[in-house]
Amino acid sequence: MKPPPFSYHAPASLPHALSLLAETGSDGKVLAGGQSLIPLLNMRLAAPAHLVDINGITELDRVDTDATGVRVGALARHSRVEADPAAAAAVPLLGQGLRLVAHPVIRNRGTTVGSLAHADPSAEMTAALALLGGSVVAASTDGERTIDVADFFVGPMESSLRTGELLVSAHFPRPPAGSGTAFAELARRHGDYAMCGVAALVTLDQDLRVCAARAAYLSVAPVPLVLDLTEPLAGRPPGTADFAAAGRMTRGRLEPEEDIHATAEYRAHLAEVLTARALREAAQAAIRTSLDPAESAREGAPT
Amino acid sequence: MSEELHEIRLRVNGAVHTATVPARRLLSDCLRHDLGLTGTHVGCEHGVCGACTVRIDGRPMRSCLMFAVTAQAHEITTVEGLAAADGTLHPVQRAFRECHGLQCGFCTPGFLNVAAAYLDDNPDPTEEQAREAIGGNLCRCTGYQNIVRAVLRAAELRRADGMPVPEQAAPEDARTPGDR
Ligand SMILES: Cc1cc2nc3c(=O)[nH]c(=O)nc-3n(C[C@H](O)[C@H](O)[C@H](O)COP(=O)(O)OP(=O)(O)OC[C@H]3O[C@@H](n4cnc5c(N)ncnc54)[C@H](O)[C@@H]3O)c2cc1C
Ligand code: FES
Ligand code: FES
Repeated sequence: MKPPPFSYHAPASLPHALSLLAETGSDGKVLAGGQSLIPLLNMRLAAPAHLVDINGITELDRVDTDATGVRVGALARHSRVEADPAAAAAVPLLGQGLRLVAHPVIRNRGTTVGSLAHADPSAEMTAALALLGGSVVAASTDGERTIDVADFFVGPMESSLRTGELLVSAHFPRPPAGSGTAFAELARRHGDYAMCGVAALVTLDQDLRVCAARAAYLSVAPVPLVLDLTEPLAGRPPGTADFAAAGRMTRGRLEPEEDIHATAEYRAHLAEVLTARALREAAQAAIRTSLDPAESAREGAPT
Repeated sequence: MSEELHEIRLRVNGAVHTATVPARRLLSDCLRHDLGLTGTHVGCEHGVCGACTVRIDGRPMRSCLMFAVTAQAHEITTVEGLAAADGTLHPVQRAFRECHGLQCGFCTPGFLNVAAAYLDDNPDPTEEQAREAIGGNLCRCTGYQNIVRAVLRAAELRRADGMPVPEQAAPEDARTPGDR
């Protein structure tokens, strides 16, 4: 298994990378961490004529947190995002999801933005961005545009990124006050892509009753699907809320497919069970942050 | 089409090497075939088995998922670089030998690099943490029990050797329950 030949470009600046992508057009591909692209090349499932290696563009290696949330630059490795204390405090879902992405060694190289660009509906970060209603910024020689997550994922491994565009960053918004998040998934082996995964967000009102609940799914739909599950939970304190009923709401609303790891039916069953589990955990996290806002910092604390 | 070649300089185990390679040369193949450093093993070439794991600027990474041309800017450490210059084995190497952490040895270079890097950051792991640390590497022979034991033993040997501990190890209460 060896990659097919390609011409290699290693721009040191963003404008240079964008002009290379404009010149090479549909023959050019971005190389970020390579943790998805190089396996595809090794297996000869992809054969781009040109690779534009962005690993030397240090200005893209950044993670910035402010009142609105966390902006992750294109060259920030999963491990760096996971270890960033300010990011973890603002958006605990990042750390909760990143711990489930492959193994630490893969996270040392793979980038969070690369995983979004790859648009694999089994990738935890696609679900995290969808759940939080985030966005990405794409740049080309024509300028920059911001793409809302709802318009970004088009199908399995397919995004609305255009030829010649580079994703420069992704924005993961801070969840509303009184919210908690959680990730629950099941994989054949620790570190594998999940057979089904659920990211959940629960928001409580001032009386600690559920006022909003939603979940995003991996590996059970062609794109990271988000379902609003508020209805059976609304107005209930987490202690008596019927999370199982919320889990049942997933029936018929997902499009799981069969593969060698799991049947479609089993995936649908997992979605139901994991939804209840993730919502319950998210609600508990919401109680902790509501009672002690400083708790949110510990929720997603890096290890 | 005659393939374009690149003159590259790689810093491996403290020494500078040069090679002439096509851009598609994987770092794993460059180490083995161009530089003759066959201690780095190649199993799956898609990131799953961990046999090819080397350290890039101290951090373990898959050499089968990196191009040699991209690795130029970095300090690369392979299994050949673990022992001291006088041949004294690294604590993880001694521990693997002592605890029978290997049988055929195919997977061992990857495990040694992962364990050495992990212990530099976490000098005193629990058994569960040791298991988690090696979770991304496959071994077809040992059944893992002795590898886990070797990682814990290596931590002891490291401390006995007085190897440096990180400046600020994460306080226990800063860890999340999922990691314990
Ligand atoms: C063994 C193994 C297990 C894994 N398990 C998981 C898992 O459980 N969950 C998970 O989410 N991921 C998993 N991954 C994938 C990993 O998270 C990748 O790092 C990630 O999907 C891609 O990021 P990258 O930086 O490596 O991108 P690359 O491999 O460099 O690129 C992937 C694709 O995105 C494009 N691209 C990358 N960056 C940009 C950009 N800035 N602009 C435009 N296009 C871009 C590339 O052209 C390419 O098409 C696994 C990988 C391996 C090897
Ligand atoms: S050969 Fe690199 S991970 Fe298997
Ligand atoms: S010792 Fe043979 S594969 Fe691990």
